[in-house]
Order: sequence, then C-alpha cells, then structure tokens
Amino acid sequence: MTPQSGALNDLYRELILEHYKRPRNYGPLPEATAQSQGHNPSCGDRVGVMLRLEGQRVVAAHFTGSGCAISTASASMMTELVQGKTREEALELARAFKAMVVDGTPPSPQLGQLSALAGVHQLPARVKCATLAWNALEQALAQ
Amino acid sequence: MTLSPDLDLKLKPDFPLLQGQPELVYLDSTATSQKPRAVLAAIEDFYLHHNANVHRGAYPLSVQATAAFEAARGKLARFIGAQEREVVFVRNATEALNLVAYSWGLGNLKPGDEILLTEMEHHANLVPWHLVAGRTGATIKAVPVTPQGRLDLDALQTLLTPKVRLLSLVHMSNVLGTVNPVAQIAKLAREQGAIVVVDGAQSVPHLPVDVRDLGADFLAFSGHKMCGPTGAGVLWGRYELLEQLPPFLGGGEMIDEVFVERSTYAPPPQRFEAGTPAIAEAVGLGAAADYLAAVGMEKVWAHDQALVAYALARLEEEVPEAWLFGPRGADRGGIVPFTLGTLHAHDVASALEPYGLAVRAGHHCAQPLHRALGIPATLRASFYLYSTRDDVDRFVEALKDVRDFFKDWL
Repeated sequence: MTPQSGALNDLYRELILEHYKRPRNYGPLPEATAQSQGHNPSCGDRVGVMLRLEGQRVVAAHFTGSGCAISTASASMMTELVQGKTREEALELARAFKAMVVDGTPPSPQLGQLSALAGVHQLPARVKCATLAWNALEQALAQ
Repeated sequence: MTLSPDLDLKLKPDFPLLQGQPELVYLDSTATSQKPRAVLAAIEDFYLHHNANVHRGAYPLSVQATAAFEAARGKLARFIGAQEREVVFVRNATEALNLVAYSWGLGNLKPGDEILLTEMEHHANLVPWHLVAGRTGATIKAVPVTPQGRLDLDALQTLLTPKVRLLSLVHMSNVLGTVNPVAQIAKLAREQGAIVVVDGAQSVPHLPVDVRDLGADFLAFSGHKMCGPTGAGVLWGRYELLEQLPPFLGGGEMIDEVFVERSTYAPPPQRFEAGTPAIAEAVGLGAAADYLAAVGMEKVWAHDQALVAYALARLEEEVPEAWLFGPRGADRGGIVPFTLGTLHAHDVASALEPYGLAVRAGHHCAQPLHRALGIPATLRASFYLYSTRDDVDRFVEALKDVRDFFKDWL
C-alpha cells in the first residue's frame, strides 16, 4: 500500500523532524522583556514565546511548551529566524509565513528553511499547528 | 487467529456514503455514524408527503406530521425500554445533559452540596455542571480512572457521601471504550439519595440499553451517533422526576395556558420541547431505531467487540510501537485509542489521511481523561455495525507504513 499523495514525504522531511526532536532555543529565556502564550483548543497544544528586545530589535527568542512536529518545528525555526531582526522585520516574517501556510502563497525567500512547512497549506486541519507560535510572537511583539 | 463471522455483518451496502466511497476507511463512528438508506428515505418521505407543523393544525397533513413525530417517540421509547411519555426530544446528548443540569440543578443544588462526576467524562458532561455549580455554590468531585482505564470503584464508594446530591457518569467512554457498571453504581448512588444521570451517547448506539435495568434517573443520548440524522436526540427521565422539573426553554408547544405576565406549563414530555421540534430528524431517528432493532443490538455489540479484539491483537503483534489504551475484557466497546512511539497524535493522523483513513486525533472532548493518562492527545479508531475486517486490515497496514516512515524518529 502506498499513500495516494506525497503528503508524508512533502511535509515530514528530515529538516522538520530534526527540529521536532531537537528543537532550538527551547526553554525559558532569562531576562525576557516580552512573552505570550499560544493555545490550540482543538488539540490542547500550548506554546510560549519569550523575547528579549533591545530597543526595536529582537536579540533573543525562545519557546516552551509541547506540540506536534509541525508546531514544534515551526516554533523552533521561527526563534532562529527572528533573532537579530527588528520588530517590523519580525512582523513582516509572520505575515509572509501566514501567507504561505494559510493562503498557499509561494514561500518568500526571507523565510529560509521555514519554506519546508509550505506543504501545511495542503492540510487545512494542521494550519493552526503551524501558526501557533507565530500568533504568540505577534502578541509578544505587540506588547 | 480464528475469524469470527461477527467481523463483518455485511451491512455496508445499506450505507450509500460508504458504498459511494470505497477508498474511504471510516473509523470515526464515535464522533458520528454514517446513515443507512432507510433513514435517508424516511426523512425524504416525511418532507415529500407529510410535512407540516406538529400538535397544531386540525387539517390532515398536520395530523399526519404529528402522528409521524409521536410514532418516532414510541420507537425510541421501545428501543430503550421506556414509556413514551418519558422520552423528551432534544437536539443531542449535550442538550439533554444541559436540560438536567439547569432544570434539576438550579432548583435543587445549594452551597455544600456535591455533584459527583468521573475523570472519563466527555466535556458535555462536565461543562454544564461547571455552569450550574457556579450559580448554586455546589462543589464538583470526580471519580478517578485506574491505569487500566476503568473507574476506581473503591474511590467511588469513598466519594459517594450523603453530600452528593447528583451523580452523572458516562455509560461507555468515548475515548477508552470502557463500559462502566452503571447499574451497580446507580444502586449505590440511589441508596445514598443521589440522583443518577447517565451519558449514553456511546452506549445507546452500540449495546443493548434498557432503562429498567439501568436503575438511573436520567439517560441522555444523540441520534446522529446511532445512524440517525444530526439535530435529534433524547433525554429519558423517570416520569415522576420529569413531572417535578421546571421547563428548561420556554416558548410554544410547552405551555398549558399563557397570559401576558405568566404561564403554566404542559406535562412532560411537551414541557421540555419548546418551539417547533426537529420533526423530520425525529422521524429519521425513529427509522434509525427500527434499523438497529432489526439488526439486533446484541449483534451490533458482539460485532464491535469482535472487531476491537481483532484490531488489538493485530496491533500488538505487528505494531509494537503503538501504545494502546483502554481496558481489556468484556467491558470494552469498539474503540481503539492509541499513540505511536513518541509522535504527536496529529502528526500520525495527517500521515494516515492519504490512505483514506478517517481516524480522529486530539483530546476527543475529554481533556481531564487525557490529563489523567498523562498525554496531551490520542488517536482514535472506532467501529460500528458497518465496519469490517477489511477496514481493520487497511488501518493496520497503513499504520505499519507510517511506523516505517517515521522509524528513525519514534
């Protein structure tokens, strides 16, 4: 038996599974200046995003919580990408990421390895998993 | 393994959706069941030939509609061994439980009283009690679940003090498939003077349920999980208790006399059926009860048990990476809750989807149970009378593929 679509291969790539099993920037962030929680009531997954901002710049980003491969990999790659970005640049990344997974827009080059999550658009039930950490990021940046 | 004839009741041809989609392996009957042609035909026949409002017009069409609606009440009453006047049509089990919580709870509970629930309840049998406890000052306690997935009956005896005014519990768990010894528990509770409410959302569709044997005061169930349409369900209550209850919703149909500033109410069951009911849906649910009765609920139950035993045996043998939850024994219905290695349930469900498998992943509206199990989410494959051995085989083979795909990450 073989799957009728390549969803498994398209989405659950080495990169995503590797971030899932060895998430980057995982754990509390001492001296965080902004933080927010995301919760997906349909699966119970939670993610906390902690940022250290100096002026308008994100100098450190961490996340906590537990979730599926998609939400964990998304959070892990997100914390890597936003580090060193300005508040505006980070918000622009959030917009680009959501355009990719929600609307199915081709991945913007600035998303880097996060383009590995483009396939989530094909799985409507999983879009919320991918955007969980990004929503928390937007809330934290709004503080 | 010797194959039991119970593994396929050969009823799939009765279900047009399943016939039309042979690639689909529908294993989410715990969430909602598919509908047999007989039910769809009954609904269509009602709209084509008998549609009018009920309990109103003297013209023949309204008389026919009323007769069809009341005949459905009779079918449901016979299906659960009840009197017709004890069957209240509601939308679903959730509404039935809310009806009891508000109508009985608001009038009878006070600070210091206890509502006893269990850790394996669906949110539908938790949240209404939270709302009513908040308004009455009553306290909520819950019977814990053992590691085997059964209610801890010793703890139940300890918790069942005279302070407990009401015990509300699930007959068959929508996650674990556990069938609780409701008759035994109801006897203990009623000896303590507590009212006993049973959530029969899973039990009434899947096993023979007779309210005379149950020994409870109220039984709630949904039509759509027992081959009926959405929008029609039942609250059964002992008549002398229903008679004492104030209305839940007010409006037409449920009154005796209405003045500008006050009204008096009809006797049960009409007292609890405000507004135009889901007439065609009730008629469809009556046809569903007839369909199930014709197959035989003993047979439906034996089939569920045979399939779950077959599925568990294959999974244990061939997918040792799967963690299987729920009790083993005669008190287990046709539900397979599981996780795969350390993978999150939603990842496994997405991976199974391309195989045509409709399984559910998440907390299944039972967060306290998952908290007790120590996991955020499970996958759930569930069976019904149209499920077959082939469905189980395709499920196990797909899960093996997914296991192989993720083998380095389990």
